[in-house]
Amino acid sequence: MQPFRVHKGLVAPLDRVNVDTDQIIPKQFLKRIEKTGFGEFLFYDWRLKGGEKDRDFVLNEPRYQGASVLVAGKNFGCGSSREHAVWALADFGFRAVIAPSFADIFANNGTKNGFLTVKLSEQEVGEIVQRTKKHDGYQVTVDLERCEVRDEQGLCAKFPVDDFVRHCLLNGLDDIGLTLQHESEISAYEAKHPKAWV
Amino acid sequence: MAEKRTLFEKIWDAHLVAQPEGRSPILYIDLHLVHEVTSPQAFDGLRAAGRKVRQTARTVATVDHNIPTEPRGTPITDPIAARQIEALQANCKEFGIQLFDMDSPEQGIVHVIGPELGLTQPGKTIVCGDSHTSTHGAFGALAFGIGTSEVEHVLATQCLAQQKPKTMKIEVSGRLPEGVTAKDVALGIIGQIGTDGATGYAVEYAGKAVRDLSMEGRLTLCNMSIEAGARAGMIAPDETTFAYVKGRKFAPQSEDWEKALAYWRSLPSDDGAVYDKVVQIDAAQLSPFVTWGTNPGMVAPITGRVPDPANYKDGDRKSAELALQYMGLQAGKRIEDIAIDRVFIGSCTNSRMEDLRAAAKVARGHQVDPKVRAMVVPGSQRVKRAAEAEGLHKIFLDAGFEWRESGCSMCLGMNPDILQPGERCASTSNRNFEGRQGRGGRTHLVSPMMAAAAAIAGHFTDVRNWKFQKD
Ligand code: SF4
Repeated sequence: MQPFRVHKGLVAPLDRVNVDTDQIIPKQFLKRIEKTGFGEFLFYDWRLKGGEKDRDFVLNEPRYQGASVLVAGKNFGCGSSREHAVWALADFGFRAVIAPSFADIFANNGTKNGFLTVKLSEQEVGEIVQRTKKHDGYQVTVDLERCEVRDEQGLCAKFPVDDFVRHCLLNGLDDIGLTLQHESEISAYEAKHPKAWV
Repeated sequence: MAEKRTLFEKIWDAHLVAQPEGRSPILYIDLHLVHEVTSPQAFDGLRAAGRKVRQTARTVATVDHNIPTEPRGTPITDPIAARQIEALQANCKEFGIQLFDMDSPEQGIVHVIGPELGLTQPGKTIVCGDSHTSTHGAFGALAFGIGTSEVEHVLATQCLAQQKPKTMKIEVSGRLPEGVTAKDVALGIIGQIGTDGATGYAVEYAGKAVRDLSMEGRLTLCNMSIEAGARAGMIAPDETTFAYVKGRKFAPQSEDWEKALAYWRSLPSDDGAVYDKVVQIDAAQLSPFVTWGTNPGMVAPITGRVPDPANYKDGDRKSAELALQYMGLQAGKRIEDIAIDRVFIGSCTNSRMEDLRAAAKVARGHQVDPKVRAMVVPGSQRVKRAAEAEGLHKIFLDAGFEWRESGCSMCLGMNPDILQPGERCASTSNRNFEGRQGRGGRTHLVSPMMAAAAAIAGHFTDVRNWKFQKD
């Protein structure tokens, strides 16, 4: 997995709550059997109208081209467990999403892909959204080493992250390998519980 | 242990393999269900790392998400869907996993076949690369959806590294009024606590109204847990549960049955066990519900009206405005005045025998409105056969419904069953997200009875006033 340490990048605001994974990557694109190539279908129904780019959709605005940090409303990533949602965001060029809250499975899927879900307060998120609109080319630094988001106008917001998740992300660790370090415990468990009800 | 524990805690503790310092606990997984959409990349990962499936006997696969519901044997016209199905077939063969394929008499939606085959049992940890895995919690199992990386993790290790969720009890007291079903309980709860109301929690449903539900009703209720953001939804096992499991294909037999039963009886939460949060719901206050917006929390009683976004705050106001725009609805419109074009009875929420019986009871002797196209998609081949043995298909066909083969179908429209832009559908599925049933399609979530009644009336109507016809 690609490690995540410190990332500085252009911020795009998606000022909506409850952005669900059906919007992030609509189901007609889930049929691929690879992990790559989902980026062009990200927010498909919002980005394109009748086959044409919808100029009003934020990710189509020239000023947000090349954005690598997305900032959005609460409960981001709710709905389906499709990891394709994370693959699509990452493939499109995003490294992190900042929001007041995330759906569990989405956040979990992010951590397996070196993709960071940054939880800040409603107020801080609101402030960042304002700044993206006010300052052209507005960038933030998402710093997982110090667990903070900074900008050049003095914003500095701390975010919570589970220690183990942080450790894996910082080092790009494959957690299958980590679990397999417990092979003897897994085998012992299986020997003791040959059936689920024993 | 003297300490009083909840159902969730008992299952969690029983499955802890290791609790490494500074890391997420490692949990053993008893049953892993696999389907075609979220697994191909996981098998690729195994191959790339030279790993095997650790416990093939605890892994079961089926095809459900993108298969057509035309008569079996009709060729799959979508080449990409066909490729995904072929990939699962090849992967199951290569890794030695049991597959209930297209032509199997046991094929069906993964969350329908688990219970009916007796694979789903109390006390088990169950995962699947699908968010509605919460369904299986109806048996007093700890069941949750996972992403593809975790599918690979479970295939390789039969374990998952998991952070422990908090616990929530949702107590539905009293008796459900006539015409109010498990689906309405689910919608009522989500309407009250919101689509993120249970994020971070494992929910246990309790109370008289829950105890009174049949196994199928409990499955419907637990199925929708994820729509409130819950990690899992569960109900303590009781005699209803045991009677359902007994004698099923993969259920424990004879001596094993007695041992299993003894264990299962020890699972319900201890009196006085403490939850991180408790929510109280009065069953008498529930009514048949209809969603009006683009998430399952946007819900109104059938006797209500489309709400005014002005009554919401901040982000929720904008979200309600966008929802009404997308749904083509005006604030203040009576829910009963909303006319529909399509009806879908099916999905892992409402495609079991009890659901089909309830819908058939409403449909019997009536005709689907000529402007409406209505389809019934049984959840599995077993359900389909049982329904046909009872003659339910005839009731539906006589009333003008289509009767299809089993699969996810129009719940997510990955197969050819989709809504056209602007079409409005009464659906017994679980998600009314934008475009869920087809780009531009408008979905209203309801119970099977409400869906059948809407098909006949051509608009939503209160099933509590329905004129049921005998033969
Ligand atoms: S019926 Fe719908 S919700 Fe259920 S598993 Fe299939 S696609 Fe998912």
